[in-house]
Amino acid sequence: MNQTSHERILAADAMATGVENLAQQIRARHPAAPLALIGIRSRGDEVAERLLNLLAEEDRELEFGVLDISLYRDDYEHLHENPALQSSDVPFEVDGAHIILVDDVLFTGRTIRAALDALSDYGRPAKVELAVLIDRGHRELPIQPDYVGILLETQRHDHVWVSLLGTDGLDEVKVTEKSMLQ
Amino acid sequence: MARKDLLDIASLSRVEIDHLLHQAVPFKELFTRSVKKVPALKGKSVLTLFYEPSTRTHSSFEVAAKRLSADVTHFDVGQSSITKGESVRETVETLEAMRTDFIIVRHSKSGLPAMIASLTKASVINAGDGAHAHPTQALLDAFTIMEKFPEPAGKRVLIIGDILHSRVARSTSLILKKLGIEVAYLAPGSLLPKLGAEGIHRFTDYAKAMAWLPDIVYLLRVQMERQDAQFFPSLREYHRLYGITDERLQEISKRGLYLMHPGPVNRGVELCDAVMEYERSLINDQVENGIAVRMAVLYWLKPEANHGV
Repeated sequence: MNQTSHERILAADAMATGVENLAQQIRARHPAAPLALIGIRSRGDEVAERLLNLLAEEDRELEFGVLDISLYRDDYEHLHENPALQSSDVPFEVDGAHIILVDDVLFTGRTIRAALDALSDYGRPAKVELAVLIDRGHRELPIQPDYVGILLETQRHDHVWVSLLGTDGLDEVKVTEKSMLQ
Repeated sequence: MARKDLLDIASLSRVEIDHLLHQAVPFKELFTRSVKKVPALKGKSVLTLFYEPSTRTHSSFEVAAKRLSADVTHFDVGQSSITKGESVRETVETLEAMRTDFIIVRHSKSGLPAMIASLTKASVINAGDGAHAHPTQALLDAFTIMEKFPEPAGKRVLIIGDILHSRVARSTSLILKKLGIEVAYLAPGSLLPKLGAEGIHRFTDYAKAMAWLPDIVYLLRVQMERQDAQFFPSLREYHRLYGITDERLQEISKRGLYLMHPGPVNRGVELCDAVMEYERSLINDQVENGIAVRMAVLYWLKPEANHGV
């Protein structure tokens, strides 16, 4: 069996437009409401930070937090090694807050399921919405985003690699398409 | 880089030690939430097998496992197997049949946890074996020190007490040396080890040990059960020569030194009552950090995957 791969790339400007799209959609739906952004580690936190900067231009109460969902994953049995845990930081009252969860890529939905479980251990938010920079499809759970920066068509077995300036040194989205040849 | 068992400090690499000490930080942060529990080990079983009595270590492991959502069972060896003459091997076979994922062992015989580890697919954690090792105590001590000294290399820790019989002294000095911390022992000559203390300063006199200028004074518990062996004349004599008296506490306070003790404290022997209110006592930090470190260990180890799937 032979394997060939083929790459597609989204550059920094497309990603900046994606974050701007998210900000616009959030402003349109919630013109002045107080919001709390929670980024999911790793990389969702950096997207959330950029979103925070765009939304901070307005006269609006904003909170910011980060969540590590490693302890809430559903694949402990299948891992040889558990993912390294990082600090979570939710420095505001979750009870009654209007929270927007932010992640870089939405794929199966399992990360978001874990994030919702983690969040409920901090309190009972009034409302939780989901904003993702990239929606690449192929959900395995009934979870849908409220805000999408970039809609990316992919095959189930493609790999989507997101690099972000603060985390990886550059802004880039790389899609590796795999086609199996006999 | 996951391992099946945690048996001692000697076999841990610096990278593994750093990993565990880093991982304990986010676990400790969970304690400030109203819900302190996470689902990471949901459905896993943890069995505690304590052939020696222990309240603190035992309950610390139990709290750690429960905060990870594991099911904890205390296998009461004192009541059943010993009296019925069951061998350790038979006990382990029973535990294996119960499909236990983690076994936490304490035994008076050095090397027994390692033997159990070789007989089972479960992850084995040594909770103290003879005078050999107590690796989670060493990890929690190192973690507690690094909360005060994030760059601990070159800091000085003076360990006072029955070094010779102490697995805490052994494991803790090993981990401290691996972190670049200088270690000294202070004890009556009869309680200082002759071998296995390379690179560790040895004192028999309190004033000389303090002149070495330690940053932390670590008191070991005097093991009352060894009193009949006559390693020192009397408890009162021990307190006078090696204990932290009111007078010595004043000097320690003036110098701003931290105090540590693995617990439980024999008041009036290792420490005077006033130590309990000393603002640089880290004894309660050690208790809290013990839970975080043990959670990090349970989350890090991987039982041999075959059973339960």
